[in-house]
Amino acid sequence: MSQPRGWKELPIGAVPFRLSTDYKTGDWRALRPVVDMNKCVKCMLCWIFCPDMAIIWDGEKILVNYDYCKGCGICAHECPVKAIDMVPEPSE
Amino acid sequence: MAQQTLPQVPIKKGEPAYKLWIFEPGWKGELPLILNPRQLAEQKRPAILPGHRLCAGCAAPIIVKLASFAFRGPTIVVNATGCLEVATTIFPYTSWAVPWIHNAFENAAATASGVESAIKAMKKTGRLPWAHVDVVVFGGDGGTFDIGLQSLSGAAERGHDFLYILYDNEAYMNTGIQRSGGTPKFAWTTTSPVGTVLPGKTQHKKPIADIMVAHRIPYVATATPAHWLDLMKKVRKGIEVEGPAFIHALSSCDRGWRHDTALAIEVSRRAVDTCYFPLWEWTPETGYRLTDRSLSIARNPKMKQPIEKFVEVQGRFRHLLKPENRHLLRELQEWVDAVWEDLLNRATNAPR
Repeated sequence: MSQPRGWKELPIGAVPFRLSTDYKTGDWRALRPVVDMNKCVKCMLCWIFCPDMAIIWDGEKILVNYDYCKGCGICAHECPVKAIDMVPEPSE
Repeated sequence: MAQQTLPQVPIKKGEPAYKLWIFEPGWKGELPLILNPRQLAEQKRPAILPGHRLCAGCAAPIIVKLASFAFRGPTIVVNATGCLEVATTIFPYTSWAVPWIHNAFENAAATASGVESAIKAMKKTGRLPWAHVDVVVFGGDGGTFDIGLQSLSGAAERGHDFLYILYDNEAYMNTGIQRSGGTPKFAWTTTSPVGTVLPGKTQHKKPIADIMVAHRIPYVATATPAHWLDLMKKVRKGIEVEGPAFIHALSSCDRGWRHDTALAIEVSRRAVDTCYFPLWEWTPETGYRLTDRSLSIARNPKMKQPIEKFVEVQGRFRHLLKPENRHLLRELQEWVDAVWEDLLNRATNAPR
């Protein structure tokens, strides 16, 4: 450490640089939300309340991104017409 | 460093489901505050990305998400240590689609002051290519009620232009549910256990929003994620005022409050319905003003529900429902009623 080192030589630290979208949290899930689009009134409350940003609105229907959904069930509980069912994950 | 790519999700019209918030230099104008949920879903993207490792059913990312829908342009987020910081930026991953800085528990507001001063200095010397850059702080209750109160108070006194959003999950949930200044009386935590000697925590919750009102800063409000329109409007107001603003948002924690993960929003709703957590805003000009559900309750007192409604879904208050502990529940109810009556007397838009 006799020579002072510049910032380029230092190892990467203290700066998170990869997007967490690379980290799939979907395998935490025990119950899987399934949207019944026949009952859905497209009020978007599930999209607003989803803590994992896993509900996606494509302009016509509600999609669930199962890569990230942790299966908390907030969407099913808050749905005013009960269009979302929490069904158990299929076992491997 | 590898090129960052966001996941491709089939979206037929509009924008991709996830995007980074990039504002080109010279970007002018304000992002509109959209209050129609379908337009929101089509046009807005949250500043927090999926893949964060907060517990299933945590309300903190909902608060961050709703707050980010109300951001008006380039925004720098300062994060105090807490669940939100620990779980969203596990090295090397980051869940933030906006510039983000973390320093420590006790100096989130001081860091925000520094960021804001740097913005001011760069603006003065013409090195900042944006008309306004907002600073938003997210702090937990430990980092605000207990450890960070001095830096928050100092920053409020110096009058830096930032918005401090406190997500209050009422204990140190990050380190394992220890009591904090925000824990309500009689709540179970690991350091205020319930047994034959103690009925849970023996002190009341610190009135943090009233402490910030006493600083006479331009904007103070309380909010919950269940009343999401109210929360978005308040965040926008807090960003728009010149000077410090403070929002106290109740954030339920299913691990610490011991309720079902699906009830995260329901619990916040019951907290407002029972007047345990009234919704109000304060400005020096208007004084206290009740908003949203709390205003309805003030106009129609029949809508106010007993505190049992809030207590019954939470395992941390389970001992209060036992027959021998009815007097504790009555004491909690009396405290809630006293705080609510006091607020009604001070609110300028409450019916007399």
